[in-house]
Parts: sequence; structure tokens; C-alpha cells
Amino acid sequence: MSETEPLLRVRGLAKHFPVRTGLRSKGLVRAVDGLDFDVRAGETLGLVGESGCGKTTTGRMLVRLLAPSAGTIEFAGRDITHARRRELRPLRQDLQIIFQDPYASLNPRHTVGRIVAMPLQVNGIDPPGGVRKRVQELLELVGLNPEHYNRYPHEFSGGQRQRVGIARALALRPKLIVADEPVSALDVSIQAQVINLLRDLQRDLDLAFVFIAHDLAVVRHFCQRVAVMYLGRIVEIGDRADIYERPQHPYTRALLSAIPDVTALGPAGRIRLAGDVPTPLDPPSGCRFRTRCWKAQDICATEEPALVARDGGRQATACHFPESGPVAAGGPAVPAESADPAGPAVPAVPAVPAVPAVPAGSAAPAESVAPAGSVGASGEEVAK
Amino acid sequence: MSLSPIEGVALAEIESGGDGDAPKRRGVVGRSPGQLAVARLRRDRTARVSGALLVFFVVVALIAPLLSMLYGVGPGEDFKGKLDRCCGMPLGYLGGISGDHWFGLEPGTGRDIFIRMVYGLRTSLLIAFSAALLSTALGVTLGVVAGYLGGWVDAVVTWITDLVLAMPFLIIALALMPTLVLRFYGERDAVPEAFGVAMLIAIFAVFGWTSTARLVRGQVITLREREFVEAARASGAGLGHMLFRQLLPNIWAPILVAFSLAVPQFITSEAALAFIGVGLTDETPSFGRMIYRSLDYLQTDPAYVFFPGVTIFALVLAFNLFGDALRDALDPKSSR
Repeated sequence: MSETEPLLRVRGLAKHFPVRTGLRSKGLVRAVDGLDFDVRAGETLGLVGESGCGKTTTGRMLVRLLAPSAGTIEFAGRDITHARRRELRPLRQDLQIIFQDPYASLNPRHTVGRIVAMPLQVNGIDPPGGVRKRVQELLELVGLNPEHYNRYPHEFSGGQRQRVGIARALALRPKLIVADEPVSALDVSIQAQVINLLRDLQRDLDLAFVFIAHDLAVVRHFCQRVAVMYLGRIVEIGDRADIYERPQHPYTRALLSAIPDVTALGPAGRIRLAGDVPTPLDPPSGCRFRTRCWKAQDICATEEPALVARDGGRQATACHFPESGPVAAGGPAVPAESADPAGPAVPAVPAVPAVPAVPAGSAAPAESVAPAGSVGASGEEVAK
Repeated sequence: MSLSPIEGVALAEIESGGDGDAPKRRGVVGRSPGQLAVARLRRDRTARVSGALLVFFVVVALIAPLLSMLYGVGPGEDFKGKLDRCCGMPLGYLGGISGDHWFGLEPGTGRDIFIRMVYGLRTSLLIAFSAALLSTALGVTLGVVAGYLGGWVDAVVTWITDLVLAMPFLIIALALMPTLVLRFYGERDAVPEAFGVAMLIAIFAVFGWTSTARLVRGQVITLREREFVEAARASGAGLGHMLFRQLLPNIWAPILVAFSLAVPQFITSEAALAFIGVGLTDETPSFGRMIYRSLDYLQTDPAYVFFPGVTIFALVLAFNLFGDALRDALDPKSSR
């Protein structure tokens, strides 16, 4: 994996938030709990997972908006985990962030010109030709009219605002951009424009991206490598094709199966996970996914699976019983697993052994049959 | 590929007409939120009327010496000769209103009420504006710092705020003013006018900043987590840039409203303090002193209480109405 020195190297990154009720400390929310990954120059890494799995916290730690509780972040060979503001300054120029909400990420009292010029001004950079010229170049680069220099954010649409946010992130000519769900606040047609803009910029300027998203389709469109997060840990990381076509971790499979397929009617090969994500205050022992995994065995509760590479080392999975074989789109690849229902891992609800496949086809029952209230049950339901 | 609904759209990338917004109008100039607020304020009739009244008062206060020259009467001049010899009541109708003395004369001292009021307006506005400026500056500084830094700084500032709020203003003022005057001047020394005015301003500033500090602190706390603040931090902005470039421009509106509502409050406070006998001496023309003195003549010379009373009422009302209109203009979404 190390043909070249990675631009960003993250090891054991963790963020724990203390929770207090009254005076007593009630424990730690392990929002992010030990992440390892690398990003090489010019590479796009997608960070996916459901809400609350620690994606955004990770992104904020990478640009040091949050201080990590543990672990190290190395950027361009330098440890920036605990660097102070002055030490960070030269690195800030190489490391920028794009925010999720284009309505909150632009100062409503500043003109677009001032917003985009802010990173230059703050770092005391006087680009050749003046700040104004540079800002207008940037606006043009992101597809905005440079004459809108003097306008205010409230005069722009969501997509245009996000372009302004991108221009601001580009102002310092960074090498790596952390994009925190940059399109999830936009509607679909605008999403496409902004994603294509980011992709063009990535190619033209040779940017590396850490692209945080919950939309798997967007990530697939944009990212070369994908890391799947669950409850503060990476459960699987690999190249795009491997993750999307040969996912090894059960959670990745479940996640992929949840992408709505607009071309098919009814629920097609959907893996339904029972219950909710456990609380990060007290994550499950062993494998964090075991409480919702249909393949969980005794070992999953006792031993935490390491993120190990299989099949030649391109794809790493943290699972004792990784899946193999491709996931055919909409095909019957998934029902195979229904053969091994609720193992002894979670004996709490031994009943309901995989209701699946019985309600033939019809959509309505499939929606309602989901094992209601059985938190932690290993109900996998496959309605064909 | 069905997995990716976005791809279909992406291929047919829509060149939206809105994105370009080509120069339909020549020289597009954005209107800032502030400019929009001014435009709204201009459309508001209450704001126009009260604003005009305020401008009038301020202008009168500013050109007081000029008025005095044109009028031909100084603020300290007395016309004892035009008073009734037995009890010092002004001769003539309605407290001695005449072509020479438009609002009549003060009973007892024989000073001209009109010019006393012009100078009183000066004193009132000077005290109220300076006190409001000082207390707002103090409140904004403390509030912004407390709200942005949080932690122990916030705890200390909040604690001091609570402490100041817990102190009874009138009692402290009553106790403090004479003591301080004695501290600097002897029993028999004449206390200069400026000293009394400065004392009042200082006392108002010390007691007046708390509400502004609380307001600003709350606003800053909500803004602190906004993404544009984080964007500035991610770019490596320092404390000064964060506070004065990113945060303050977003809380001008409530600060301005707080300021415009603090001014009338200080005007009435000054009058109230003068009324209970602390604060300014009789030499300094002031509304509070005039109303205080006029109460003795309520039965015999009602015109004496009428003019300063009506003026201070109009002044405070105009300020309050303008403050309200300003609030509406700056925050059009809020409903009353």
C-alpha cells in the first residue's frame, strides 16, 4: 500500500466526548474510536456510514477543528495531532474543509468576495495581481460569475453558495480537502453539478479528498477508495470496485442493499438490519456490529476483529466471517445468507428465525414485517 | 447502473440558468443585510417620524450656544426683575411667557426656561449617549469574549454580571454619589459641572452593561458553532479576526437595538436621580433638576412643569419608538 509516502496518515484516531449529568461524569461517548487510514496525494477517499457513526467528527479532527483524544494525524510527513495554531499555519494552506450546509457556512454579513478572500487575508497572503484578481479567478474556477464579487450570500441559491464554499477552500491552493457531506443539503440535480465540479477540480488541481457522505451513490461516483464506518470504527476499506462489487463485511452488504433502486419495483434483495445502532457510550464488546449481524458467533462477542487485508491486500475488512463473492445488482446473491439464521451469538430473541422470503414479493408486508422492537435480534429479512 | 441515481443526472449535466445570472442589469451591486434594513426603515412611517424628532432634538442640543446667541439669553442669566417681588413668581400669564421668554421664567431664580431646556437637552443627551456608548462597549466586549471563549472566562464574566445585576442601582447611586463628591471635593468647595456629569456617566456605564453583555453572549454562543466560524478557524484565523470580522458583524442588529433602547432609559434615569437629589447640581441645566424644582410650584405655576415634562416625554417616546422600528427593520422575520 505504500508505493509512495501517503499525504495523510491517520493512526488510531479517536475522539471521546465526556458526558455529564449534573456533577458526575457519566462516561465517554466514543464518537470515533481508533481509525487507521492513509490518503495519498491526488486520491479521493470516501468515508461512508450512517448518521452518528463518527464521519463528521473524523473530518473535523482532520482539519483540527476538534482535538483528537488519541491517535496521530500525520500530514505530509509531519505530526499535526497536537500542533498549535502558529505551527499549523503553513499546513492550513494545504488542508482545507468544505462544509455540509451552504446556508450556514457563509458569513451572511460578508460579500462573496470577502468570504473567498478570508483565508488569504487571515494568512497574510498577497497573491500576485492582488487579492481581488485571485478571488475572481477562484469564482470563475468554480463556475460562478466573477462579477458577483460584491454580492451577499443571501442572493445565491444553495448550489451557488456551495460553490462559494468550494472557492474559499481552494483559495489557499490546498493539497487535501475534507469535504463534509458537501452535497447532502442540495437537491439532486444540483448535487450532480457540484459533484462534477469537485471531480473536475480534483483532476485539474490534483487534489486529494476525504469525502464524507452517507450517500453511497455519490461516493461511488466520486471516490477511488472507500472506507465504511460503523459506530466509530472502520469496518471495511478498499478500492471502489471492491467495496461496491465484492463487499466482504456484512455491514457493507447491508448498506449497499439499502440503496434504493429506482429501476426496480418493490424491495429488491434488501438486507434489513434489525434494531438500532448501539450507543457509543457503551459499545458492544468484540465486534461492534455483532448485535445486528446475522452471522455473529461467539467469537464476535469476545474478540474484536482487526482490520486485515485479504485477497492480495487491496481491501481490508474487520470481520471474523467476511463475505466473499460479488454482490450482483438486484440479483439473488444475498438470499444465500438466510441459510444461517440467528446464530447463538444473540440468544435474546431466539424466535423469529428469519421470516424471509415468505411474503412473496409484495411490498407492503415486507415493509411491516420487520421484527418490531427486537433490538439486538439478528433478524435478517430478505424479501425477494 | 441502478445503484447510482445521480449518474443519470450527472451525464446530462444541467447548465442551470440561475447559476450564470448573466449581467441582466449593468453593474450588479449586492445589497448587504444592513442596506436592506435601512431600506425597510425608510419605509416605516413610525421610524421616519420618531427619527425626525430625534434628529431635531440632537440638532437643537448641538447648536445650543448658537440658539442662545440668537435668542439673546444665556443659560445662567437670571431675570429677577421680571419676578413678583413678594414670592418670586414670574409676572405675566402662564409663568411669564412673552416674546422675550418663550417658555416663561423659572419661579425663584428667574432663569429663562427655554434656554435652560435647550441646555438641559444637551446635558441629557450627552449623559445618555455617553453612558449608552460606554455600557454597550463594555457589554459587547465582555459578552463576545465570554461567549466565544467559554470555559472559565465565561463563568467569571457571567458571575460578575449576576453580581452587578444583584446590586440595587438606586441605593448604590444614592450612597455613592455624595461619598465620591466628598472624596474629591471638600464640604464647601464648588463641584464643577463636568465632575457631576462624568460621575453620572460612570455610574450608568458600570450598571448598564449587564443586559448587553448577556444578550451578546447568547448571540455569540449560537453563532460560535456555525460553520462559517469553523471555516475561519480551519483557515487559521486568530482571535481578533474571529471576534471582530466573523462574529461582531452578525450581532450588530441586536446591539444597535439595545443601544437605542438604552439611551431613553438613561435619560429617564438621569432625571430620576436628579429628582431624588443626587447627581447634578442646580447650576447644570437638566430636565431632572427642572422637574424636581417645578414640583414646588405645581399649584402656582403649572407652566413650569409642563414644558420640561412634555419634552422629556417626547424625547423618550421618540427614542423607544425608533428603537422598536429599528428592531423590526433589522429582523423582519420576528413578529411582535
